[in-house]
Amino acid sequence: MRYIEPHGHMVSRVTDDYVDMATAGCAAVCEPAFWAGFDRSSPQGFYDYFCQLTEHEPKRAAKFGLAHYTWLCINPKESEDVNLAEEVVDLIPQFLDKPNVLGIGEIGLNKNSRNELKVLEMHIDLAAQYNQLILVHTPHLEDKLKGTRLIVDALKSDKRIKPERVIIDHVEEHTIDIPLDAGFWAGMTLYPESKCTAARAIDMIECYGGERLWMNSACDWGVSVPLAVPYAALEMRKRGYNAEEIDKFVFQNPVRFMSQSPKFKTPPA
Amino acid sequence: MTRQQALDLYFMEARAKLIDIAAFLDRVERSDGEPDFRLTAFVNALEELGAGKTQRARNVLLSLSDPTLEPIPTATTKAACGAWPGTS
Repeated sequence: MRYIEPHGHMVSRVTDDYVDMATAGCAAVCEPAFWAGFDRSSPQGFYDYFCQLTEHEPKRAAKFGLAHYTWLCINPKESEDVNLAEEVVDLIPQFLDKPNVLGIGEIGLNKNSRNELKVLEMHIDLAAQYNQLILVHTPHLEDKLKGTRLIVDALKSDKRIKPERVIIDHVEEHTIDIPLDAGFWAGMTLYPESKCTAARAIDMIECYGGERLWMNSACDWGVSVPLAVPYAALEMRKRGYNAEEIDKFVFQNPVRFMSQSPKFKTPPA
Repeated sequence: MTRQQALDLYFMEARAKLIDIAAFLDRVERSDGEPDFRLTAFVNALEELGAGKTQRARNVLLSLSDPTLEPIPTATTKAACGAWPGTS
């Protein structure tokens, strides 16, 4: 089996995770910029992080035979300080020509505050100016429904944004129709305690078709499972899906979305 | 997947989760403490499992969600707690 991990925070993971993922058939890993678990104290902290994502982590992934792609932003969890966010957003253009940068992400909202929304709009403007793909984080738990609605409204209000070039991640049963009905892609995150289980993700594929859906582990420094995507593939096999059908969701769909960036190269079979 | 296959594949797992929920409610009930909006929201969400309902997962999630549309003035925490403390 081959698969792509379209959302993994690999800087937080150990080399054993790379070994396990490569052994399970992972062909490429895509890493959106993320909150470190604590607030960075200066734009320089983000500059170093962007260097890590564009220079150092690709080399680490390559040691295990994995292509590494990334997305850049200041995460919504650090968006309450608009002045800091402006300085960080100003840093991003110098990294956009790096060979593994696919776009702007994971942007979005966390607690659905006014300042978070301002910073989201700054990122949307940046993506539009530089014709970048967008990867969106939707809020957690009780905040997800409202945040998803606000995010989709913000994206739709900028007429330069093409919905097919945006993926809205972490959808669940109560939010999946919001991005799909508006023409966006949607991502389902497979977490042990929150977001979505493999069984529920496959339920959503069965209910919503799956033309613009992908699954990811969003593995990071918290409770998460780097092999969640191949485990979901196993769940699909238990339900009777064949290899070609599984390949569509764990490999072909991520390739179809990310190939909209000329930098993304389809991993060889 | 037929209904028989769905039951064969998922019944035992769902049964275990159902008993876990029952044990959780018993555990909370025998503990001393103040009322908590999360427990109220949880019990309300259970009503979405009732006979004759459809889209139960979606409706449970909706019942635990903030239904409002206006951004909040300021984020005072980064965390979510799993249930909306307000009233719709």
